[in-house]
Amino acid sequence: MASLITCPHCGRRPKEEFSIRGDAVPERPEAAASEEAWHAYVYLRENPRGAIREYWHHVAGCRRWLVVERDNLTHEVFAVTDAREAATGDAA
Amino acid sequence: MRYSALSILGQALSGNRGWKPVWREPQPKPHYDVIIVGGGGHGLSTAYYLAKEFGIKNIAVLEKGYIGSGNVGRNTTIVRSNYLLEGNIPFYEFSLKLWEGLEADLNYNAMVSQRGVMMLAHSDGQRDAFARRGNAMRMHGVDAELLDREDLQKMMPYLNYDHARFPIKAGLLQKRGGTARHDAVAWGYARGADSHGVDIIQHCEVTAIRRDEKGGVTGVETSKGFIGCNKLALATAGHSSETARMADLRLPIETHVLQAFVSEGIKPVIDNVIVYGGGHFYISQSDKGGLVFGADIDYYSSYAQRGNLAIVESTMEEGVSLIPGLSRLRVLRSWGGVMDMSMDGSPIIDRTPIENLYLNAGWCYGGFKATPASGFCFAHLIAKNEPHHVARALRLDRFERGYAVDEAGKGPQPNIH
Repeated sequence: MASLITCPHCGRRPKEEFSIRGDAVPERPEAAASEEAWHAYVYLRENPRGAIREYWHHVAGCRRWLVVERDNLTHEVFAVTDAREAATGDAA
Repeated sequence: MRYSALSILGQALSGNRGWKPVWREPQPKPHYDVIIVGGGGHGLSTAYYLAKEFGIKNIAVLEKGYIGSGNVGRNTTIVRSNYLLEGNIPFYEFSLKLWEGLEADLNYNAMVSQRGVMMLAHSDGQRDAFARRGNAMRMHGVDAELLDREDLQKMMPYLNYDHARFPIKAGLLQKRGGTARHDAVAWGYARGADSHGVDIIQHCEVTAIRRDEKGGVTGVETSKGFIGCNKLALATAGHSSETARMADLRLPIETHVLQAFVSEGIKPVIDNVIVYGGGHFYISQSDKGGLVFGADIDYYSSYAQRGNLAIVESTMEEGVSLIPGLSRLRVLRSWGGVMDMSMDGSPIIDRTPIENLYLNAGWCYGGFKATPASGFCFAHLIAKNEPHHVARALRLDRFERGYAVDEAGKGPQPNIH
């Protein structure tokens, strides 16, 4: 794993400052969505070998949620984006 | 060749020139009744029990690397059945019973050593939780003893009993737990399966799963060509999502790397398995004298069989806070294995929505101890198309039905199970 993550707000920081939530690909369904949709969101994962997107929280820094795009085999980090920007396209 | 004291003596007198390879290296046949993908502990034990207990003869095990190259050779070799939940205890106890008879059954020295597994409690609440767990075990006929601090001090004088944050209050001992020689388990099952006619095909990677127009599985494309089968069984923990994807299945699993370590060899000091309740540290001493230990997974998804230094540091810190003398030892080697971390921390042995496709996955940290029961129950499922009674709770659809088997009570968060 790359030891440094480039936070869009704080710059290059050691990865121990971050806490990892997990897969950023599943999208939260509407509250009234079907049980199948909720089951898929909560439990099922693509879990690919290679390029992935994860939610990371910069707990010991700016405390912003980030989306880290990286390779889980080579540990190369491709991009780090603020989660709000990743979701809406607006800069945080 | 059947191993015995006489055969060893005979070989010794003839210069050990008569030992033969213990399994064949066959070319794949065009079709098998059952193909098992994955020649690790679970795949091999499945093949062994399918052939021996359930009378299926035409079986192949396909392994993309060599036998024992995956997690069966990358663990900390602990066997135990000190679980809490109804869905887990009978399964792991069945496994421990199979461990107890394994060497006689396989005619192979797997070095099963029932040296005892001690889990330490560091607060009153944790001691109460262990009392509850011990009671749950005893209600299922499993041995468990709750020991107090004085008992522990006599057994293990080298522990740090008065740590400011994690003083040692009590311990839950399972005397029948212990360790086994992990490679020998893989080799013993491979030899046993081979002797019952199972084709173990190494360096044969499955690249696709072929299905008929109704969706049922008919065979696999491999690096050695197409091989047909009546039933296909996946036992590829660590890479289960990747293999299941070939059949368009999504699993409740994330892949994470777990590291393990071994120190330089020293004289006997730790004669049991110790599990630290203040963290996630566990340690035992191998017969060669090295201390074998590990702790948490690396928290982020990883398919790389190597880990990060932050976990190395935290593992060492946990170890030294429990056993201060560890700080004087040098670590010889460390390694990583990739785990199927399931959404409730428990495994899956089940049919899938796809006809003729069976799944054995989601072993989290706990695959090694389950090797015999996993193989037996998976073989039962494949042969009879219904689950073995001790593995009924380990279903693939338990999440959508609301019957997760969440031993640690952590919810659907695979990186903290």
